[in-house]
Amino acid sequence: MSLLSIDNLSVNVESSGEVRPVLNGLKLQINPGEVHAIMGPNGSGKSTLAHVVARKPGYSIQSGVVLFKDQLLNEMEPEEVAQSGLFLGFQYPVEIPGVSNMEFLKASSDSLNKARSKEPESTTDFMKRVRSIASSLDLDQDFLKRGVNEGFSGGEKKRNEILQMLVLKPDLAVLDETDSGLDIDALKTVSNGVNAFRESSNGVLLITHYQRLLDYVVPDFVHVLSEGRIIQSGDKSLALELESKGYAWLQ
Amino acid sequence: MANQSVQDIIDSEKVYEAGFITDVESETLPPGLDENVVRHISSQKNEPEWLTTWRLRAFKSWQSMSPPAWGHIDHPEIDFQSISYYSAPKSHLDGPKSLDEVDPELLATYEKLGIPLHEQEALAGVVQNSDNNNVAVDVVFDSVSITTTFKEKLAEAGVIFCPISEAVQKHPELVKKYLGKVIPQRDNFFAALNSAVFTDGSFVYIPKGVRCPMELSTYFRINERNTGQFERTLIIADEGSHVSYLEGCTAPMRDENQLHAAVVELVALGDAEIKYSTVQNWYPGDAEGRGGIYNFVTKRGLCAGRKAKISWTQIETGSAITWKYPSVILRGDESVGEFYSVALTNNKQQADTGTKMIHIGRDTKSTIIAKGISAGKSDSTYRGLVRVSPTASDARNFTQCDSLLIGNECGAHTFPYIESKNSSCVVEHEASTSKVSEDQLFLCQQRGIDAEKAVSIIVNGFCKDVFRELPMEFAVEAGKLLEVSLEGAVG
Repeated sequence: MSLLSIDNLSVNVESSGEVRPVLNGLKLQINPGEVHAIMGPNGSGKSTLAHVVARKPGYSIQSGVVLFKDQLLNEMEPEEVAQSGLFLGFQYPVEIPGVSNMEFLKASSDSLNKARSKEPESTTDFMKRVRSIASSLDLDQDFLKRGVNEGFSGGEKKRNEILQMLVLKPDLAVLDETDSGLDIDALKTVSNGVNAFRESSNGVLLITHYQRLLDYVVPDFVHVLSEGRIIQSGDKSLALELESKGYAWLQ
Repeated sequence: MANQSVQDIIDSEKVYEAGFITDVESETLPPGLDENVVRHISSQKNEPEWLTTWRLRAFKSWQSMSPPAWGHIDHPEIDFQSISYYSAPKSHLDGPKSLDEVDPELLATYEKLGIPLHEQEALAGVVQNSDNNNVAVDVVFDSVSITTTFKEKLAEAGVIFCPISEAVQKHPELVKKYLGKVIPQRDNFFAALNSAVFTDGSFVYIPKGVRCPMELSTYFRINERNTGQFERTLIIADEGSHVSYLEGCTAPMRDENQLHAAVVELVALGDAEIKYSTVQNWYPGDAEGRGGIYNFVTKRGLCAGRKAKISWTQIETGSAITWKYPSVILRGDESVGEFYSVALTNNKQQADTGTKMIHIGRDTKSTIIAKGISAGKSDSTYRGLVRVSPTASDARNFTQCDSLLIGNECGAHTFPYIESKNSSCVVEHEASTSKVSEDQLFLCQQRGIDAEKAVSIIVNGFCKDVFRELPMEFAVEAGKLLEVSLEGAVG
């Protein structure tokens, strides 16, 4: 069973009354144990892809099929997608003032467990686990008491996404430009987090502008997205080639 | 704790759980209000002459007054002659009883509402929670007080906690000295009405230097149809004493509107502290705005001595209409007034609530944190006054008003008034209005949390500064209440 299987996906976005096609016949398959990277110029549809698989409202699927673990995602509610094991690391994580990070994580973990008919993790065990993951990401204990993303620096927000991913242990993590805006130290920390997450049973989809992330998280496949379609796929060397030649090389 | 409350929220049923009717025989006055009704109430309570006269004077004043029209609320004119002003469960008419003799129907009512009236049970619960914080409860059912728990234990500490009708009999000197001194009869239309027809309520006196050994609590319940509830609470904290007091309220679901016009007076003498918390959950009416309680309440505290402190915390989720401004008069030098409020309106509820901080003494300090949440087609208004008198040198006030909107059909309004007559004072005002954003909702949903729970989490976070001020047990209840009150707000 593949984790994610997208076939012939076309998606329109409506903004201020104007309908615009963003994805156009996209195909992609991710199997357990694989890390895929999607690269592409601005406006090529990278973030749209991430949003569509997470079922963010505002996108209408025109045609095509998105299967996650053999379940059809097309009509699912966003929380159902999350409950079946798909995690989206946000490019711009929003603040939820007054709700502490720890509280939010527990509410999230409990919801996921409940949806899977599992008992909630005991508060003590949970907090212990979260603290240890936080320290592996160089986040101090105070960080867990602060409001979700409230007053976080750009780097803290991104590390917080990784923290959530590691705590919630999804089957597939879609990371939308998690590397953007990070200094080199933070990039290494985030990459270590992603590498720690990698297992033979799960998958990662990295969406990025830059090759440099791929120096630390080595992908099995690299795809180039342009005008809503994947125009080239290859291994890590494709990313390096892109870096030296630019996207124009493929068009 | 936080997780416990999250779990409780998940488990709680999303209906107005307190909306049932208790089937007890009642002695209820026919609707209507005149001098005879006032006299009848007074004689029912066996009141001394001075109090009857006091009531009649209030009634005369009330007749010459008209309802306030400045609130940002809209309702059909209230017909004060269609309301019954006195209702008591029949079983209670034969005089005060011990808890064992209280009508089992009434006990069952409070059990259903989760209010422990058996001291034994309350104690068992306490042992289980390994928590020393008992709560003594006074219970007011329609017009009369049913029972007060832990009376003896409180008496050991010298604390008086009893129905105000009992205080009139047993401690007339205290009642006479303080009744109507913080809120004069003519203060406003509803205060005048209450002064004329108040039926029961709680009386608290904390002697000099005593720290009240447990939380005190009054639970108000309207049951009878077509009755109003006019309770009166008087709390006096003598020099250097301390008390924390909780008030809760519920009513059955009925299609017609019912009036609740209470008066609460607090007096804190020098170095005394009163902390007054309310969780107001009167029946709010249905989704179409039918029924619900009209809640017109006057609450005011007087910091009479140096370094006195009065703190109001309120969670207002119920009532069709809330009109309420718990205030503090800061007369003693260096006295402190605080107001922490969460007012949540959903469907067609209307709330016009806020506070007044009247600075008279030197170095007085007040803090106002008001959080308004509007959902559905509701309207929520913050109305506040900070007045600094010429005598109030170096007075300080900090006000923060935040509004949170859920959906596109609700409204939030802020009317802050600042009157400063002393140039040495510092008055700060911060205000914000925000919406529960699509992005916040999506973030929660992407983490597996459904939309309704997501809103509840976001709203709870928004209210955190106020919840922090509540006693533990109430903080959990408040969180649950918000969840229930927000039912159907997303969609």
